[in-house]
Amino acid sequence: MNSARAPELLKPASMRFILLTLGLGLLFNLLPWSGLVLSFRPDFVALTLLFWAIREPRKTGMGIAWIMGLLMDMADGAILGQHALAYTLAVYAAIVLHRRIQRFTLWQQALHVLLLLLLLQAAMLLSRLFAGAAFPGLGLFLSCLTGAALWPPLSLLLQLPQRGRPDPDSVYSAGQK
Amino acid sequence: MEAPPFFKHGPSPLARFAFFAFLSLVLMALDAHQNTLNTLRQILSVAVAPLQRLANAPAEMIGRTGGFFVTQAHMQNENAALVQRQLLLSAQLQRMQAMQAENAYLRRMLGVQQQRGERMVAAEIVYAGRDPFSQKIIVDKGSNHNVKAGQPAIDDVGVVGQVTRVYPFSSEITLLIDKDQALPVEIVRNGARAIAFGHGQDGTLELPFMAANADIQNGDILVTSGIDGVYPAGLPVAVVSKIERNSAFAKITCVPSAGVSRHKQLLILIGEPRQPALAGQAGMNEADGGKAGASHPRRN
Repeated sequence: MNSARAPELLKPASMRFILLTLGLGLLFNLLPWSGLVLSFRPDFVALTLLFWAIREPRKTGMGIAWIMGLLMDMADGAILGQHALAYTLAVYAAIVLHRRIQRFTLWQQALHVLLLLLLLQAAMLLSRLFAGAAFPGLGLFLSCLTGAALWPPLSLLLQLPQRGRPDPDSVYSAGQK
Repeated sequence: MEAPPFFKHGPSPLARFAFFAFLSLVLMALDAHQNTLNTLRQILSVAVAPLQRLANAPAEMIGRTGGFFVTQAHMQNENAALVQRQLLLSAQLQRMQAMQAENAYLRRMLGVQQQRGERMVAAEIVYAGRDPFSQKIIVDKGSNHNVKAGQPAIDDVGVVGQVTRVYPFSSEITLLIDKDQALPVEIVRNGARAIAFGHGQDGTLELPFMAANADIQNGDILVTSGIDGVYPAGLPVAVVSKIERNSAFAKITCVPSAGVSRHKQLLILIGEPRQPALAGQAGMNEADGGKAGASHPRRN
């Protein structure tokens, strides 16, 4: 891995594309997962939100995260506000850290994302424990691992439309290719 | 001095986070303690329901395609088994009708409140709840099919749970094993009353508040007692699987009779729930055996 590489210059993502990916993330979360697979299912909405918070912190933010959280609460039959709070917290942390995270390679970024996802899950756990639910076991955090593992491929996928034609005058692309 | 427009980014991230976190906490407090957010839920369900249908479509299509290629031998076997079962059930039904008529007659003679027949609607499970903190399932019948919150849901062997939230085309059923669910039961063998509580994760029920020397054995069958006015009497609930009599109260664990993992269909009882029996009538209910007496022989 060439960690000393300068960050790749990407075209800015359009708001429409961002919303589209968030909708797709929600759709993936709603697929009929069940049983053991469900506990391994990464939270696609959270991953997409984190991606855009790190990539385009000026365009996305806690407002969108909050609304997506409400939709997830509704879809999961959870307490309204549970996902909303957790997503807002994780996106806030991602926005604060976005300059730092952007400097790393995708796999190193995945470690940061793992921490953010753990933070997110811990927020959900705490809010439910306060609301009177029983502790469902540490299996709750399994999805964070798969989520972090999914970060590099997901980033590449989401960056695809922002990659332009390689610019022959660009110093970076000439050095790489 | 005013900052040039380029530097204006609105409130700081921390301020925004504080705002949304506060909003979430208010929502959670409102949602956890009272039922004030139903309108908000209805609005959100309008946004989520079409996506949910879209997400379920591929699996349904695979199921349907699979169903198309079922072998004829399999179908014939299944058909033969169903015909046999149908015969058996209709014989039982005839007996039951005679017994119901007799029961109604006896009840009239005793002046006890009539038990109404239950109307029910068959519902299909859309998906098992994704919330790891509670035990819920979502079914495809909602307020458009007269489903209301509070109605009991059963499958072919026993009680599954209770409808807790209703949307136009779907509703949420909280399973018996959810930590917040409780239902009044009685032991078939001796008619003793108890309340069964869900235990949460491990899929069992608990009978707290039973004295250590209570007359209860492994294998005892628990049925609904019907005194809550929500569940009709005599539906199988669970079987006692483990009893520890160490302290003043026995620790009794039961395995629920019904299972949601086996079938995709269940029944929601949409008949008006019976009014809770009055104190005087409760004794008479017990004396004549109620509905439970019709299907389960009881020690007298």
